Amino acid sequence: MARLTHRIRPGRGTVLVAAALYFLVPLASSVIFTVDVPGQGINFDAYTRIFSTDGFLSSLGLSLELAAATIVIDLLLMVPAMVALRLGAPRLRPVVEVVCSLPLVVPPIAFVVGVSTVLKWGPEYLSRTPFFQTLVAIQNPTFPFVLVMAYVVMALPFVYRALDAGLRAVDVRTLVEAARSCGASWPVALVRAVLPNMRGALLNASFLTLALVLGEFTVAQLLGYRPFAVWIVNISGAQAQMSVAVSVLSLLMTWLLLLVLATAAGRRPSRTAP
Amino acid sequence: MTLTSTPANAPTRAGAATAASTRRRGAAGWLPVVPLLAFTAIAFGIPVVALLNGAFTVKDPATGATSYTTANLDASLHGAYLTALIGSVKLSAVCAAIGTVCGLLLAQAVVTSRFRALREAVLTASGVLANFGGVPLAFAFVATLGNSGVLTQHLHLRDKGWDLYSFWGLTVVYLYFLIPMMVLTITPALDGLRSQWREAAQNNGATHAQYWRHVALPVLAPSLLGGYVLLFGSAFAAYATADAIVGSSIPLVTLQIADALSGNVLVGQEHVALALSLDMVLVAGLVMAVYLPLQRRSARWLA
Repeated sequence: MARLTHRIRPGRGTVLVAAALYFLVPLASSVIFTVDVPGQGINFDAYTRIFSTDGFLSSLGLSLELAAATIVIDLLLMVPAMVALRLGAPRLRPVVEVVCSLPLVVPPIAFVVGVSTVLKWGPEYLSRTPFFQTLVAIQNPTFPFVLVMAYVVMALPFVYRALDAGLRAVDVRTLVEAARSCGASWPVALVRAVLPNMRGALLNASFLTLALVLGEFTVAQLLGYRPFAVWIVNISGAQAQMSVAVSVLSLLMTWLLLLVLATAAGRRPSRTAP
Repeated sequence: MTLTSTPANAPTRAGAATAASTRRRGAAGWLPVVPLLAFTAIAFGIPVVALLNGAFTVKDPATGATSYTTANLDASLHGAYLTALIGSVKLSAVCAAIGTVCGLLLAQAVVTSRFRALREAVLTASGVLANFGGVPLAFAFVATLGNSGVLTQHLHLRDKGWDLYSFWGLTVVYLYFLIPMMVLTITPALDGLRSQWREAAQNNGATHAQYWRHVALPVLAPSLLGGYVLLFGSAFAAYATADAIVGSSIPLVTLQIADALSGNVLVGQEHVALALSLDMVLVAGLVMAVYLPLQRRSARWLA
């Protein structure tokens, strides 16, 4: 016994120190890289210049708008469907589960290849139909709705899992029936009885979607749009320091978001699940 | 469920409401699912069908007529495209193997630690870092280990043969999100290892190594293999990180698809891009086909 525990301890220390080094050094180096300008000493120019740089606000704004639209559509599609699966259509459950897992099987780059093929076909086959106008409208460069559609699909697996976990902790049937007996209509029962009970799951789903959209690069770049992640890569050639500075900031932002998420929703499973 | 089973003068209002809702449920319970299915059919179904269709068609440049063929798939499995496919598989396999081992070691170190706070901190950090892929990760590593990176400069790594823009450079970068992913995947399984099993093995005279070889690893095997394919899949699909770091200096299938799609290499290679994408879907489908049953199996030990 004594020999066993003795043999493990130094190993564990080595593993933890090595892990700490591997995960902290790149973060520390990035910060040093951005503030330690060769020949000028330490200054924070890279950070102060960000806001005045061309394209920063517009690309970040576009990303945030896309994220907001994606979250709203994802929740509008998924919440009623998931609640309905619990109440009236349990037999559809495997169908929805498979549909929501399918985007995991198609890597983003393969998906965007499919999307761009459809967009290219449009002018060829649909030019005389009203669909053509729709196709043009969703590619509007100021707000490319086609990106929102792609992001909604890509977020489905995460939203499904988050909502499923949240609904498992709530007795939806009892809640809805209680609300209905008190005279509430279906939408009122949903909004005032069910939704408040799954606030954690809704937040969870929203944060995951937000993180996904803010960091998304593949689809946007290949379809030729310029939200935040694409913008960082575009400026990296001319302003290496600033692109790292923006990366550090966006990492901090993601950390903050996901830490909020971890404290807001992460506590609950540990309490309900043994 | 029949309507006549509810008497006209129901004993209580609640009873009537329940019966009414039951009736309504039977009729339209699936209605809220329709928008979801319709949306996925349009936003996901159409592109996937286009992908399948395009992967199997060629367009005659002279007449403009299209015909069905397997020539694109054939082309995607030859020459530079095959090299890229193999390059991606090799990189993903190596990254996933290292990630699995390192993730297991780290998770084991944390799980057996006496400090509860350490465990919480590592798991929270893993949650964040597993989602930290893409562009910011690439630039953090360029700043650290790139040609003018902080570590490269201070430790003179270039003289020692270090190159971030290489196979092993990319491996080091990918591990940054793969190891946390493995820690998250394997920790529940490690928690599921009963201390009684270890005690029983020790009472029977097993050494530490024998306990791991004959008890712990067989129990962990489904979770480990499941974790491995999950890491493989996410390394295989990664594009943003690779693109931001290496451009197309390493043959990777995602980079090839992007090149072929934007016509960087040869005009008229779009259909090969579609075929390559189909290859990727097949590999990813295989990964999921292995992963999902394994995940269900390993869940049995955690109950």
